[in-house]
Amino acid sequence: MAKIAFREAIRQAIEEEMRRDDSVLLMGEEVAQYNGAYKVTQGLLETFGSKRVIDTPITEEGFTGMGIGAAMAGLRPIVEWMTFNFSLMAIDQVISNAAKTRYMSGGQFKIPMVIRGPNGPAEFLASQHSQALQSFYAHIPGLKVVAPSTPYDAKGLLKSAIRDDNPVIFLEAELMYSWEGEVPAEEYLIDLDKADVKRAGKDVTLIAHSKPVRMMLQAAEKLAEEGIEAEVIDLRSLRPIDTETIYKSVRKTNRCVVVDEAWPVASVGSHIGFLVGRDCFDYLDAPVQLVSGEDVPMPYNHRLELAAQPSVEKVVRAAKSVLYVD
Amino acid sequence: MAEAILMISLSPTMEKGTIAGWQKAVGDSITTGDLICEVETDKATMDYESTQEGTLLSILVDQGGSAKVGDPIAIVGKEGEDIAELEAKLKKQLASSEGDEKATTPKETSSPAQEKAKQASAAASPPAHRESHAGPAGSDDGRLKASPLARRLAQEAGIRLDALTGSGPGGRIVKKDIETAKTAGAYAPSPVQSRVPGRMQDRVEPVSGKRAIIAKRLSESMRQAPHFYLDIDVEASRLARLRDSLNRPRQKRGEEKLSFNAFLIKLVAEAITRNQNINASWEGDSIRYYGSVDIGLAVAQKEGLITPVVRNCEAKGIAAIDEELKELIPRAQAGRLTPEEYEGASFSITNLGSWGISRFTAVINPPASAILAVGALRQVPVPDEELGFRFVDTMTLTLGCDHRVIDGAVGAAFMADLKSMMEEPGMVLL
Repeated sequence: MAKIAFREAIRQAIEEEMRRDDSVLLMGEEVAQYNGAYKVTQGLLETFGSKRVIDTPITEEGFTGMGIGAAMAGLRPIVEWMTFNFSLMAIDQVISNAAKTRYMSGGQFKIPMVIRGPNGPAEFLASQHSQALQSFYAHIPGLKVVAPSTPYDAKGLLKSAIRDDNPVIFLEAELMYSWEGEVPAEEYLIDLDKADVKRAGKDVTLIAHSKPVRMMLQAAEKLAEEGIEAEVIDLRSLRPIDTETIYKSVRKTNRCVVVDEAWPVASVGSHIGFLVGRDCFDYLDAPVQLVSGEDVPMPYNHRLELAAQPSVEKVVRAAKSVLYVD
Repeated sequence: MAEAILMISLSPTMEKGTIAGWQKAVGDSITTGDLICEVETDKATMDYESTQEGTLLSILVDQGGSAKVGDPIAIVGKEGEDIAELEAKLKKQLASSEGDEKATTPKETSSPAQEKAKQASAAASPPAHRESHAGPAGSDDGRLKASPLARRLAQEAGIRLDALTGSGPGGRIVKKDIETAKTAGAYAPSPVQSRVPGRMQDRVEPVSGKRAIIAKRLSESMRQAPHFYLDIDVEASRLARLRDSLNRPRQKRGEEKLSFNAFLIKLVAEAITRNQNINASWEGDSIRYYGSVDIGLAVAQKEGLITPVVRNCEAKGIAAIDEELKELIPRAQAGRLTPEEYEGASFSITNLGSWGISRFTAVINPPASAILAVGALRQVPVPDEELGFRFVDTMTLTLGCDHRVIDGAVGAAFMADLKSMMEEPGMVLL
C-alpha cells in the first residue's frame, strides 16, 4: 500500500470526487494559481480549470456565503479556509445560513458543502493564529463536524463529506499535512458517524480527535512499557459523536482520559467527559480526566507555547492518575 | 506473588476481630481450607479457614491483637519471596486503620498519639496527582468514599464497603479493593441453597417515608429516654356499668354509643390534673410542664402507627372527647390527618385489648414522657367472703415512663389515682 502525506490524501479525495461528480467545485484563498497555502490543492487548477477551482479574495464571510448559495443552487462546493482562525469572519454565514437553511426551508434546500482547512495550534503563530475552535462548530445543530487523524481517515472521511447533503466542517491541522500514512489505491469511504479504536487495551480508555490522536498513541506506548494497556479511541466525528464505541471501551476499562487541544471550558472534550460520567457512571473506578489546552490565549514564547498544549507526558500522567498509580 | 490475608467477617455484625491464637507459624505451608487462626468476634470464637494457598510469610497481627474486617493480618506467598515492601505497606495500612479509630474517639484535644496516628494515616494514602484531586477528596468528613464501579461490584458480591480499606486517593475504595476482598472471602455468606418454594417467599420492600420516620422516632425515644414500666390491675365493672347506663338513653335517641376510649381518655386527663408532673417533656437543660392535657391515641393504619391527638382533654367532657375521636380515628386510618392533628401529644394511650393482649409495654411517643398501654378486659376470680370467690372484670394498665422526667413514685401516684377513678368513676366529681 502506498504511503502518502496527509495533504496528498486530501488532494486525492478532492480530485477523485471532482472527477466523479461535475457539480463538485473548490474555492478559497490561493487554492488555484498558488496551489494552496499548504499545497493541498496542488495541480487541481490545471486539471479542472478556473470554473471549478476558484481563487477568492480575502473575504471569508463573502466566499463562504457564496459557497452556501452555490450549495443551495445544487452544486457541491468545497470551501477552503486558509485557517480556522479566519473562520471567525464567516461564523455568521456558517451558523445562521449553512447550519439552518435545510431546517428552516422544511427540507426544500439542502446544503451539500464541505468547509475545510487547518484548525488548532501549530507553531510560532501567537494567540490569534493558533486556536483550536472545534467546539464552536460542534456546538451547532445542522452541521456535521469531522476531524481525521491519519491520511487514510482523511481521504475516506473527506470523500464521504463531499457526498453528504449537509454542511460538513472538516478540521485538519497545519502540522499534520506532512504526516505520512498508508492509503490504498482503490476507492473507499469512511462513515461520518463512526469512531475508530486506534489501539486496543484493557486498562484505561484514551479518547481524542485530530492531531492529539498521534500523541495518545505515543502515550499508550509509554504506558505499555510500564505494563499499562491503554485503549486509544479516535473520535473522527465530533458531531455526531459515536458514543457506542466510547461507552463500550469505558465499560471495559473503567477509566477514561479525554484529550482535546482546545480550551477546557465548554469543549468537545468536556462534553465527552460529561457523557461518560452520565452513561458509564456505574462502570467508573475514577473520575474522568480531561487533558486540554491551558485556559489562556496561546503564548508566543515557544516553551510556553508547548507548555500550554497537551503533551505525551500530560496524557501519561492523567492515565496514571485515573489508574491510581503513582 | 505475595498477598495479604485479610480479617474476614465471621458473623453478620462483626466489625473487628481479635486473634485468639495462630494455628500456623511463619514458614508453614497453607492450603485452602486449612485452619490458620482462631478469631474472637463480638459473639464467639470462630475458626478462620484459609481461602488462600502458599507459605505463611509474615504475621502482622499477633495473638491478642485485633483488626478490623478487611484489614491485613498476615502475608502469604512463595517460600523465600521478598516481601519487605508489601509488609511495610500493610503495616502502614494497619497503623492508619488504628489511627482512624483513634481519631474518631471523641476527645477535645488531640493527643500526641492521635497526631502520630494522623501522620501515619496521611503517609498511608498514596500521593495523588493534581488531576486526581479534581473531585471531592479526603474522607475527613466521615463519608465513605468509593468509586461508582466499586459500589456496584461490592453490591453484586455482597461485600460491605465499610468493612474495607480503600487504596485510592483519600482512602477511596476502588475496584482493586473489592477484588482483593473477594479473594480473601471477606464477604457475606453465599445465598441459602436448596430453598424449596412454598406458601411463603422472601420479599424485600423499600421502607416508606412514614415507616422510616416511625422507626427513627421510636428508636430515638427508646435509646434516649430511660424507660421504666409500672403495671396495675384495675377492676372495670363499675366503669362498664357507667358506660352502659350512659349509652342506653343515647341508643334510644338513635345516637351512637360512647366509646370506651373516650371514658379512658377523660379519666386519664383527670388523673393527670391531679399529677401534673406526668404531663411534661425533657428538653435537655429544662423540663417543660404542659398547661393542657393533649392525649394521643395510637391508631393502626396500613403503613404504621399514627396518634391522633385530642387537645385540652382536661377541659372537655366524655361526649366531646368521643365526638372528636369519631371524627379523627377514621381519618387517621385513611392516612388523612394533618401534622398538627397527630403531633405534639403530651401523653399517649395505646390499647391492644381488642386483640386479647392482657398486658404489654409501649415505647414513649415524644415529646410526651409517658405512655399508657391498655390490656384486654378479662374475668379474674377474686376472694369473696360470702361466695368464696367471685369473677371480676379486670384489665391491666402499664405505664411507660421517661425516668429523666418522671420518677417511680410520681408514676405510681398517677396510676393509683387512675385506678381509683376507673374503679369508682364518681370520684371524678369530687
